[in-house]
Amino acid sequence: MKVPYEKPVIRKVQIGLSNKFGSLYGRHIRPEIDGVPVSDLVTRFGSPLFVFSERRLREKYRQLYQLFSTRYPNVQFSWSYKTNYLDAICAILHQEGETAEVVSEFEYEKARRLGVKGEEIIFNGPYKPLSALKRAAEEGALINIDHFDEIYDLEEVAEELGRPIKVGIRLNMDTGISPQWTRFGFNLESGQAFDAAKRLVSGEKLILCGLHCHLGTFLLEPRAYAKAVEKMVDFAYQLQEAFDLQIEYLDLGGGFPSRNRLKGIYLPPEIAVPPLEDFAEAICDTLLSKLRPNDFPKLILETGRAIVDEAGFLITTVQASKRLPDGTRSYVLDAGVNILFTAFWYNFRVELEEDVPGPAEPCILYGPLCMNIDVVADQVQLPPLPRGARLIFSPVGAYNVTQWMQFIRYRPAVVLIDPNGQVELIREAENLEDILARERLPERLKL
Amino acid sequence: MNRLSRLAINEEGFIFDPITGNSFTTNQVGLWILERLKKGKKEEEILAEMLEYFEVDPETAERDLTDFIEQLRNYKLI
Ligand SMILES: Cc1ncc(COP(=O)(O)O)c(C=O)c1O
Repeated sequence: MKVPYEKPVIRKVQIGLSNKFGSLYGRHIRPEIDGVPVSDLVTRFGSPLFVFSERRLREKYRQLYQLFSTRYPNVQFSWSYKTNYLDAICAILHQEGETAEVVSEFEYEKARRLGVKGEEIIFNGPYKPLSALKRAAEEGALINIDHFDEIYDLEEVAEELGRPIKVGIRLNMDTGISPQWTRFGFNLESGQAFDAAKRLVSGEKLILCGLHCHLGTFLLEPRAYAKAVEKMVDFAYQLQEAFDLQIEYLDLGGGFPSRNRLKGIYLPPEIAVPPLEDFAEAICDTLLSKLRPNDFPKLILETGRAIVDEAGFLITTVQASKRLPDGTRSYVLDAGVNILFTAFWYNFRVELEEDVPGPAEPCILYGPLCMNIDVVADQVQLPPLPRGARLIFSPVGAYNVTQWMQFIRYRPAVVLIDPNGQVELIREAENLEDILARERLPERLKL
Repeated sequence: MNRLSRLAINEEGFIFDPITGNSFTTNQVGLWILERLKKGKKEEEILAEMLEYFEVDPETAERDLTDFIEQLRNYKLI
C-alpha cells in the first residue's frame, strides 16, 4: 500500500502577520450554486461559465423595492440595461415590475423587442442620435435631457411631430462626494440647470416634468443621496414658482453598492458597505420632510449593480500553475479580464469547488490573455491547487456580461438557474461563426 | 545542498533556520523530500523514490518536486 500523496509545499512563517481576511487556512468551499453541482454545470456547458441565480435576483429586487415602497408611496424602479442587458435578466426584472432605463438606441431597441412599451422606457445618456430621439418621443418614452444641444434636437423633433414633448433634465450637483460627476447634465449650483429650464420653457415645444441625476456608482455614502434629494426638491419648487410647471418625477439614478469588495478597501463588504436600508431611509426620510403636504412626485430609481451583482457567479478552471521569480505562487485560469471587466475594481470572493489539502499561501490568479494586465485576483489565500481545480468568483452579475470583450478568446456561455433548480442556457458560447459573420474578406486577398 | 544541514526540522514540519532566524512550515510530503535532500540525494533519485512510496503519477510528482525545489531556492534554503 502506497502512502496518500499531497503536493509538497513550504511556507515562511510570518510572525505577527495579522490576518484581517479570515484564517490563513480558512477555505471557502462552494460545491454548488442554488443546489446545482458546479461539476454538473461545467460538464453540460463548459468552463468558464457565467451562472445567474433567478432566485437571488428576484429576492434582491423585492427586498430593495420593499425598502423604498414601505417608506414612500410612489416608487418606480427602472432597470439599468447597461448593467446587464441579457434578455433573460431584463425579462425577470420587467416581470417584477421594473421599467427600462436605456442609454443608446441599441438598448432602446433591445427593450422594445423584448416587449417593453415606449412609455415604459427612460432614455438617458449624453448621446442620443436624432433618429433615436424621434422614435423615443413618438413612442412616449421619458427622455432626460443631458445638454443644450439636445434641447435643440428635441425641439426639432417636437416640431416634426406637431405636438409638445414631455421631458426631464439631468442635473449634476455637489453632494459632498468625490469625484463629482460633472460631465453629465446641467450643473445646479452654477445656475446652468435653471437656465436650461428657462430656455426649455420659453421654447414652448417641450414640457419639463422631471428631474434626473446619477451621482456615481458603488457609492458608500447614504448622506450623498439625502443631499441630492434636498437639492432636487428645492429646485423643483423653484421651477414650479418661476415657470408654473409641475415636476412629476424625481429620478435619482443608480449607484447603490453591492456586497463586493472594492480594491483598496480592506474591510469585508459586510462592514464596509452600508446596508441598503440606510440608502432607502436617507432618500425617503428627506423626501417626506422636504416635500409639501400631499405632494408625492414619483421617485424613480435606476439601481443596477445592487440588484444584479450578487445573482451572478463565474466558474473557472485552473489550467496551469507557476511560481514567479519572487516566489509567489500563481495560476493561469481560463477566464481573464476579457470576460471579467470588474476585476479592475473588485477583489472578488474566490471559492473552491472542493477542499484541497495543504496549507494556503497568497496567490495571484492570471487569465488566459497574453497581456500583463490580465490579473483577475491577487493576494488570494489558496491551498496548492491541482490542474483542473475549479474556482468560483462572485459577485460578478453587474457590468461583466455587458462590458466583456471578444478579445483573444470566445465569450463563454451564460446559464440561469430557475427557482426550482432547473438550468437554462440564456446565452450560447460564441464560436468562429459569430465573429466571421460581420467580416468581409476582399476577393483579391483570398488565399 | 549543505545549507540544508544547518536547519532544525521537527516531525510536524516546522523548520527553523538558526542563521537567518527565519522559520517555515512544510507538509508531510515536503518534509519527506527535505529529509532526502538533507541526505544529499539527487532530484532524480528522490523522484523515483516518490513514485515507489506515494500514490502519485509520475507527471504530477515531477512537477511538484521541481516546484518544491524552486520554493526552497526562493527561500534561500538550498
Ligand atoms: C444614468 C444611469 N443610471 C443608472 C446607472 C446604474 O448604476 P448602478 O449600477 O451603479 O446602480 C448608471 C450607471 O452608470 C447610469 O449612468
